[in-house]
Amino acid sequence: MNLRRALFGALTFGAAALALVFLVLPVAAIFLRVPPRKLVHQLSSPIVTDALIVSAKTTAIAQLLILLFGTPLAYLVASRRFRGRSFVVTLIELPLVLPPAVAGLGLLAALGRSGLLGTDIPFTQTAVVLAVAFVASPLYIRQAIASFEAVDPNLVAAARTLGAGPERTFFHVVLPLARGGLAAGTALSFARGLGEFGATIMFAGSLQGVTQTLPLAIYSAFAIDFDTAIAMGALLVAVSAALLILLKLVLAWQPSRQTSSFLSARSS
Amino acid sequence: MATLSADFELPLRSFELRLALEVERTVALVGPSGAGKSSVLRAIAGLARPTGRIALDREVWLDEQVCLRPEERRVGLVFQEYALFPHLSVQRNVAFGGKPRVGELLERFRISHLAHARPAELSGGERQRVALARALARDPGVLLLDEPLSALDTHTKDTVRLELQELLQTFDLPTLIVTHDYEDAAALAGTVGVLVEGELRQLGSPAELVSQPNDPFVASFTGANLLRGRVQSHNDGLTGVQLESGEVVYSTDTAQGEVGVVVYPWDVSIGRIHTDDSALNLVHGEIASVSRVGNRVRVRVGPLTAEVTAASAERLELARGGVVIASFKATGTRLVPLAR
Repeated sequence: MNLRRALFGALTFGAAALALVFLVLPVAAIFLRVPPRKLVHQLSSPIVTDALIVSAKTTAIAQLLILLFGTPLAYLVASRRFRGRSFVVTLIELPLVLPPAVAGLGLLAALGRSGLLGTDIPFTQTAVVLAVAFVASPLYIRQAIASFEAVDPNLVAAARTLGAGPERTFFHVVLPLARGGLAAGTALSFARGLGEFGATIMFAGSLQGVTQTLPLAIYSAFAIDFDTAIAMGALLVAVSAALLILLKLVLAWQPSRQTSSFLSARSS
Repeated sequence: MATLSADFELPLRSFELRLALEVERTVALVGPSGAGKSSVLRAIAGLARPTGRIALDREVWLDEQVCLRPEERRVGLVFQEYALFPHLSVQRNVAFGGKPRVGELLERFRISHLAHARPAELSGGERQRVALARALARDPGVLLLDEPLSALDTHTKDTVRLELQELLQTFDLPTLIVTHDYEDAAALAGTVGVLVEGELRQLGSPAELVSQPNDPFVASFTGANLLRGRVQSHNDGLTGVQLESGEVVYSTDTAQGEVGVVVYPWDVSIGRIHTDDSALNLVHGEIASVSRVGNRVRVRVGPLTAEVTAASAERLELARGGVVIASFKATGTRLVPLAR
């Protein structure tokens, strides 16, 4: 009996340790491969700075579009009961399960020169923005729907009976109460957008300084200059890790907000 | 004072709510949970879409042509759990209803010192005062209260009920209260309606409902006599209360000032002969009414209603105008503080 227990313990711990090492090893390897000083040096190469600028710009614009159009969509889906609602939710989630290459193909088929709408967008920076927005938006919208649904309907009703129209109710009651969830959704979709590869390379190509984002630059650099690829990889790891930590902080900060305001209110 | 008239139908999940009601001063609707009480308030406030007519004096809120949105109806709705905005301070909660009178309202509801606190930091009674202040801040023409006392523990309930009663007297607004507690209804409102499965079974004064219930359900639901009076003496664990009718009754409960003596009709017995028992409260008088409810009979004597079996009513030959003695034990009573 004791032997079986010992064996069970050893196997559990062994498997857990292996899984953890497996998850950490590639990330650690990136930082171990290149010494910090060299890392900084590599980062100043024009390929890297160009890719960094393209990534920052396109991801930021895409995220802005996601917030601007995704928030109203999420609010309508969350606050209305209509026929075909679950179908609409499925449509919103579809890009999430679509292979990114297929997403790129779809964007080409829709917006390519000979596509459905016939535009000149493919292989421009706008194409990068659209590819990122297409792939990353479901993460935000899903989270936003859940956050809006979590707002107590009685608070919305109370706002209305107190003379507030739909806009005032939205901006002064719903939005502030859903804020934490919306921030979490933003962080998730931003991280997803920053790492976008498949749809972007299909729809926008990989032109340095125009459509070559960090993940694309890593791909084109790694055959020629592995160290530069590693340096960019380290950069992406750092940004993604920062986003993850920020996300955890936002989520942890939510429930404790009342306690902290309690302390500040009582001490003032 | 203005009058709210509501006459509408609203289909609910398992029955249809049908109500015709005029609210002039304070009206309370009582009924078991799921009777459609909250839906009445939601319909009047515009949060549900009934068919019919709702109007405040000549101001029509709903009829065939008109259907005002909630923000266009001058209602002050106080939600069951108060629905205070958790992200706003007390002051900003009240200001949400209307800015001009915030300072005055905070003062009047004794919540000025809590102006910068968040709702989560408040006690149940404080939350209710904030919710009332917020509802009044929009300067409503009618006040709607959804279970105003049910979110409170029994310990604070008596105090808050008293407070609410005093406040309601100063508002000068037609007020509709819904509650599942008949005693709360009788204490707060001059007119009480019993709502069962969306239907108004009976509407009348609390005393009428107890003495002449329309049907057995109303009889079982409108539990207790509530005799108004003033505490006069404390002696040997007995509190003497002088009733408005002049008689003095005793209770083993303790209280001060204005009170309601709560006694259930089935705890009151009716007799013809005077028995000398100091533990008994006696009320002599003429029978004002006799109503039969199933196999029981409710008999009104002075301010008091007794419930006896049909058999003993026959044996005692109880009829209107007859003189009897109603008696109840001091231990069978409770004292509820009331506003003057």
